[in-house]
Amino acid sequence: MSPLWMAFLILVFPGFAFTFAFAMAFAWIDRKVTARVQWRVGPPFLQPIYDFVKLLGKEVIVPLGGAKVLFLLAPLLGLSAATLASTLVWQANLWPRPGRGFVGDLIVAVYLLTIPSLSVILGGFASNNRVASLGSSREMKMILSYELPFIVALIVPIVNAGGSIRLGEILLGQSAVSHPSGILAFIAAILCMQAKLGLVPFDAAEAETELMSGPFVEYSGAPLAAIRLTRSMMLFVMPVFLITVFWGGITTEGGVLSVIVGSLKVLLLLVIVILLRNTSPRIRIDQAIRFFWGPFVTGMAVLAVVLSLLGA
Amino acid sequence: MKRTIIPIGPYHPLQEEAGFFQLQVEGEKVLDIDVDLGYNHRGIEKICEARTFDQIPFVVERICGICSTSHPLAYVQAVEEIARVQVPERALYIRTIIAELERLHSHLLWLGLAGHFIGYNTVFMWAWRYREPVLDIMEEMTGNRQNYAMMKIGGVRRDILEQDLPKIRKMAEDLRPVLDMFVGAVMDDPVIHARTKGVGVLTPEDARRYGAVGPTARASGLAIDVRKDDPYAAYDRLDWKVITGESGDVFAKAAVRLLEIAESIKIVLQCLDQMKPGEIDTKVKEIPPGEGIGRVEAPRGETFHYVRSDGSNRPVRHKVRAPSYVNVPTFKATCIGQTVSDATIILAAVDPCYSCTERMAVVDAGAGKRPVEQYDLVAVSQREGQKMLRSLAGKVAQTTLEKKLAEGYRRIGWKAC
Repeated sequence: MSPLWMAFLILVFPGFAFTFAFAMAFAWIDRKVTARVQWRVGPPFLQPIYDFVKLLGKEVIVPLGGAKVLFLLAPLLGLSAATLASTLVWQANLWPRPGRGFVGDLIVAVYLLTIPSLSVILGGFASNNRVASLGSSREMKMILSYELPFIVALIVPIVNAGGSIRLGEILLGQSAVSHPSGILAFIAAILCMQAKLGLVPFDAAEAETELMSGPFVEYSGAPLAAIRLTRSMMLFVMPVFLITVFWGGITTEGGVLSVIVGSLKVLLLLVIVILLRNTSPRIRIDQAIRFFWGPFVTGMAVLAVVLSLLGA
Repeated sequence: MKRTIIPIGPYHPLQEEAGFFQLQVEGEKVLDIDVDLGYNHRGIEKICEARTFDQIPFVVERICGICSTSHPLAYVQAVEEIARVQVPERALYIRTIIAELERLHSHLLWLGLAGHFIGYNTVFMWAWRYREPVLDIMEEMTGNRQNYAMMKIGGVRRDILEQDLPKIRKMAEDLRPVLDMFVGAVMDDPVIHARTKGVGVLTPEDARRYGAVGPTARASGLAIDVRKDDPYAAYDRLDWKVITGESGDVFAKAAVRLLEIAESIKIVLQCLDQMKPGEIDTKVKEIPPGEGIGRVEAPRGETFHYVRSDGSNRPVRHKVRAPSYVNVPTFKATCIGQTVSDATIILAAVDPCYSCTERMAVVDAGAGKRPVEQYDLVAVSQREGQKMLRSLAGKVAQTTLEKKLAEGYRRIGWKAC
């Protein structure tokens, strides 16, 4: 693979430019559907882009006494991780041949998908603000709580695909949703996705009415735009990742029809996320930990692993 | 662990108005809490003492936008007590209808805000959507969505037109299924239970100790309600009951308010049935010397007005005590020991009205403390006055200045210190 081709993959398609466009579209769908659920009109289609561009033009304020470099670097770290994760996942979807990708790209993708949350923690602590620190410590607890069931749930498609940890092979080798174990793991993973996206009911870290957006409270201008973009990208990447490992992905093999079906799957996940976030109040961080480590999520994921090992 | 202070205020998404709550926390746990008010003191009582009796309802209506009929109602009742006026029957019913419609929209407003505070924005939007018809009816009846200007000494300013009666009835009846929906959505939601049950419990003893009033006290099981205890307007002719809770937690406060909406609908419908045509105003000419009190059950609790008249056309003393003034301090009993997440919804659960609670706060910046006694206040005022005069006077000779100051103090009866 030539460096130029690599750069194209990462920066244009299916990397940054492609993910950016879809992130904006997904952010718009999120805002529009939320608005309709709440009897509001909602923004025009290009509103997320207007917001992004406007934020880029605003002054960047670095808090006194904060760790300046870390404070400004953290949003970039999150953004680049989200871009790379998107590139990896889409590569597996677009060219799902067994030899494509590299051994363990699933594990790399899981790591990359965790980095945006870590960057939030870094940025929060670097901003030398007590509200941000409290938000960061909540985000830390949140990562601890949802990563366990998420990883456990990911074991199921690996087992169902015959032990491969290549995204491409998992995509090809699985028909996970037809297995009961796959369905259970999928549900657990959807709940974890909601927490990974930092949306209600798992938005305790940024809780507007308690912590005034927590770790992001000191951010302004371009870094804030990067954070917002990262979150919108995650809103796009996470559903695609989940259908890639659990539900057959978006393949180009079957022509236009299979692309449409794949897109509908992603949209379905997006709608589930939006509805979940509009029909529940925020739960406390201790309740979130109890929820994720309790029988309903971790228990379900473990049960799914056992079932998949038994071949169900 | 180190104690840190988490500030809620002076400007914070939790509050619509300026108020400063400082939570002393250890990790997530609230160890102590301190409140600062007085960011927007307007001196309403003093303004009232410089206005004629008829002008004051306009002023007190603007103490609070949400209880904008409770304050004038309490005031006119106080003045009517001085003047010994018999208010016409129809005016009493109109007062009751306006007061209950106000309770309706205020409780719906709180429900929406409470939803917003625990991150449930859908409840926020829906509650405010269903609050709109109430405001529309208010506009149709009185001309205003808020600040209705209906109360006057001796009666009400406008009659409710015959053609408006069916509209009010329809609005009230349409609200019933909505209320059922909210009761279902809020009272049966397991996540809301997890967030509100057993959170911020105000025991009946504490409620009594802090002198809590309104839904805050009723949620703790104290059946106090001015409408029953000291009936005014037409409440003694109507059939309704005082809603009380038992547990005193946030959930009970929400439940009490939701069920009170149902009672308010009942009251409004009864008023519409019982109201007979007739006079709506007695022409009050003179306010004799004397003093009177007015008590009104505002949506947040008892609003109390005291007026003293010396026979002139304006009161010599007018004192207002709004319900939030006694309800807000209960957070001392409810917040401490809870987490930061819960502290916010507990603070919001008393439905604090900052504009009603606003009191003057004096900060002695030089001494770095708050003067509390009158003597301290005088000392601060004199020192600052001298400083100001010196900086203003510039070239004026020192002796002239001091003479002027001494003269000024003599005039207002203070001794220089």
